[in-house]
Amino acid sequence: MHSNNGTDPHAIGTKLPAPEARYDLVVIGAGPAGLAAALAGAGEGKSVLLVDENPIPGAAMGNDVPLLFGGRMTAATQNAERMLETVFMSEPMLEAAMDAGAEVLLGTSAWGVYRNGPGITGLPENVVALADKDRGWLVGYGELVLATGARDLAIGFPGWNQPGVMGAAALERLLARYEAFAGKRVLFMGSHDLALQTALLARGKGVDVAGLVEVRASPQGDAALVDAVRSAQIPFYLNDAVAEAKGGLDGVESVRLRSGAMIDVDTVVLAIGLVPSIELIDAMGGKRVLDGARGGYIPGENAGITCVGTCAGLADTGFDHVEYRMEWARELGKLSAPDTIVCQCEEVTRADLLGVQPPNYLERPAPMAARSLDTLIADGPPNPDQIKRLTRAGMGVCQGRRCRDQVAMMLAMAANGPFGSVPLATHRAPVRPLPLRILADWEEAEDMRAGWDVWFGIPTQWVPYQDIDTPREREHQTAIADGWSL
Amino acid sequence: MTYVGLPTPAETPQDTMVRIAGTAAKMKVVIVGGGVSGLSAGWWLARSGASVTVLDKGIVGWEASGRNGGGASHYQSPLFLEEQRMWPHMDELLGYPTEHQKERLVIAVTEKQLNQYHYLAKMNNDMGYRVDLLTGDQVRAMVPLAGENCLGGMHYRFGGHANPQRSVQAYAWALQDLGGRIVQHSPVTGFETEGGKVVAVHSASGRYEADAVVVAAGPQIQGLMAKLGVEVPLAAARAEMIVTEPAPLMPIGGVDGNGLYGRQTLRGNLAYGGGPHEWLQTFEAGPPARPSSPLTRNLARRIAELFPKAEHLNVIRSWAGIIENTPDGRPIIDRMKDPENVVVATMSGVGFGLSPASGHAIRDLVVDGQCSFTDIGKLSLSRFDGIGADWREQRGWLPLKADLAA
Repeated sequence: MHSNNGTDPHAIGTKLPAPEARYDLVVIGAGPAGLAAALAGAGEGKSVLLVDENPIPGAAMGNDVPLLFGGRMTAATQNAERMLETVFMSEPMLEAAMDAGAEVLLGTSAWGVYRNGPGITGLPENVVALADKDRGWLVGYGELVLATGARDLAIGFPGWNQPGVMGAAALERLLARYEAFAGKRVLFMGSHDLALQTALLARGKGVDVAGLVEVRASPQGDAALVDAVRSAQIPFYLNDAVAEAKGGLDGVESVRLRSGAMIDVDTVVLAIGLVPSIELIDAMGGKRVLDGARGGYIPGENAGITCVGTCAGLADTGFDHVEYRMEWARELGKLSAPDTIVCQCEEVTRADLLGVQPPNYLERPAPMAARSLDTLIADGPPNPDQIKRLTRAGMGVCQGRRCRDQVAMMLAMAANGPFGSVPLATHRAPVRPLPLRILADWEEAEDMRAGWDVWFGIPTQWVPYQDIDTPREREHQTAIADGWSL
Repeated sequence: MTYVGLPTPAETPQDTMVRIAGTAAKMKVVIVGGGVSGLSAGWWLARSGASVTVLDKGIVGWEASGRNGGGASHYQSPLFLEEQRMWPHMDELLGYPTEHQKERLVIAVTEKQLNQYHYLAKMNNDMGYRVDLLTGDQVRAMVPLAGENCLGGMHYRFGGHANPQRSVQAYAWALQDLGGRIVQHSPVTGFETEGGKVVAVHSASGRYEADAVVVAAGPQIQGLMAKLGVEVPLAAARAEMIVTEPAPLMPIGGVDGNGLYGRQTLRGNLAYGGGPHEWLQTFEAGPPARPSSPLTRNLARRIAELFPKAEHLNVIRSWAGIIENTPDGRPIIDRMKDPENVVVATMSGVGFGLSPASGHAIRDLVVDGQCSFTDIGKLSLSRFDGIGADWREQRGWLPLKADLAA
């Protein structure tokens, strides 16, 4: 009994809500580039919304979102009020943006951008989805500027899956923005500008820097920075790599290098590279391109959206970041064991990833155990989204931040191709893990509720086969059609 | 390994496998579409001794077959008893894990839902399938994440759920282990006919000779069958799901209700979908994109209502799938009259759970010309003979803004 009246009450129609506010310009991220964009927009008389997710909620930091904090935050990060003040005071330009007329929201993350386009036309307008500690909501925009920065690149090694292994961007955030770094003595992996600058920052903040480990034969970064590190009596361990981090209940206690050197530290800082934060672009189905000199995958041309700062790509100094990180990945891979963890959330080991094996709570009968990446490659180019569903690598609460890039590198190496020959696993909204109660639309409109159906709202679909074309069919359809919209 | 709430099957699946072995020896079958129905059919045919080639435009199980709620409790279908007979044995028969879990609970948080579930429980009991009604307290004892808002529910003593992606891959691998071929990234471009039969299938990777052909290509069936002069009325739409981080495992993971379908995975994640769909144009090459929408928020709300004790859990992903429907929402599983060696199969949006049975039915049509274990006559394509060209308009199943969607 289909109404056949030309309307489908269960289709999306106009049910997706209009945004609750609209701005000429929405800027995501209040770093230097985002602030400059917001100030410029406000100066032109535009209505401007500037959002920044700092201070990051303690629960997110504990999940290494959005940076690799490695559990090295002090208890101060649990005090939301203190954190808000610290974040505000650490960036004077925030006040300038407010004075210029921009609306500034701190502690607010952008978790999705939704646009009409291929596969979706039901949006009343293009929107960016936001959330703070209390709720989620949508805003419309005339122009959207993404200034989402760059995040830590993680590459696993034996013992990296414990507190005290963190990223350089997270360390910079804790030292320079939050004044909340809990480590005392740190060892850096990498010697390009990121490692050099962060090591100098750490030293300047009174942290004991045990040294910088470099796989290549010489320090990789800017000569003046290298000189500054040397002047600070910070040693380089060249032609070397971290073979293992050992630790106890509180995480890292010491590091063994490939050369055999043992170094007592409470923190290992992955400073091999940064990855431009393209989550929003990728999750909206936007274009991305691979550019090794600018840090890997960066946004392509996306109409109506401007990317500024490091999320658009790292500064091109002629240094091939991708080649460099692949060299590290190869070396750390050699130093790893089959049971070295790749995906911390889902506890996926290197052997299980490369064997395309299911998680430990499933059986591995003989045919399963005989499968591997090689047998999958025989069917066509490996797709990381397929591999992640089978192995669960990248499927956890950190949303693949800790393993997406290293999985892509490992798959490329296993397939004997360059980085990029195997694509990166896609990002999906929400690009920040957000609690159900925050994400939920508690203000849902009546037409969404009234038209809601479990599936397509086709009553004939659920009539028992034996009752089709019998008088009972009508009875079922009426009951189902009347009660199915729940 | 059968269910308490169902009649005992006359034959074990293992015995069925022995009985069909060799029944299709020397038969070359080309299956167009590596979704769950095509792969299951391929597996059943390979079990019968056929030489099977599956052609897919992309990767096996990449569309709705690998993106759904994983439910396997389809009492409305003529394939239901076969679905129930097969699932508990699929891990063993395929040789790969499917994460199949038994039984389901459907729980209500409004009076209207409760009345609906009572109707469905009675409908099942009338057919001889056991469904128990539960009070709110009984639900709370069985579903740790349920809250005080739960008014009651029903317990299917049959059915269950499995992991869609893992199951699709299991079919594909099992088919390969039987000597079948899976050719990915190989869209079909045409058919070669001779004497009222398709004798070869042309695809991006070459020409494949066939004694029989199965077209199980989801939304793409319509365009493919049009090449053979057969009209198959189908409309495709996008539907969405979201998933949370893991929660502690509930005794029965197959819990839904409150306008949602879905399950708790064996890892503990809550994966649910439901709500409005968007009708789309269909493209020969497949969907250009599968975007999710702010509907994520409405789904999150309903999960938080269904499981108040999970409202703190993080949502970590959303996704969408493109699903085809027939005009009455029922499957088409039918062998054509011309060309007479072609079987068409679409499950109209309810294909994953029924796949062990649909594959068997398709195998029977290919090999024997008719389904051996149940009547599927009402799933024939001919029921749509003479359907008006405007059937989508009549139902309001047209794309919203075709110009934007291209």
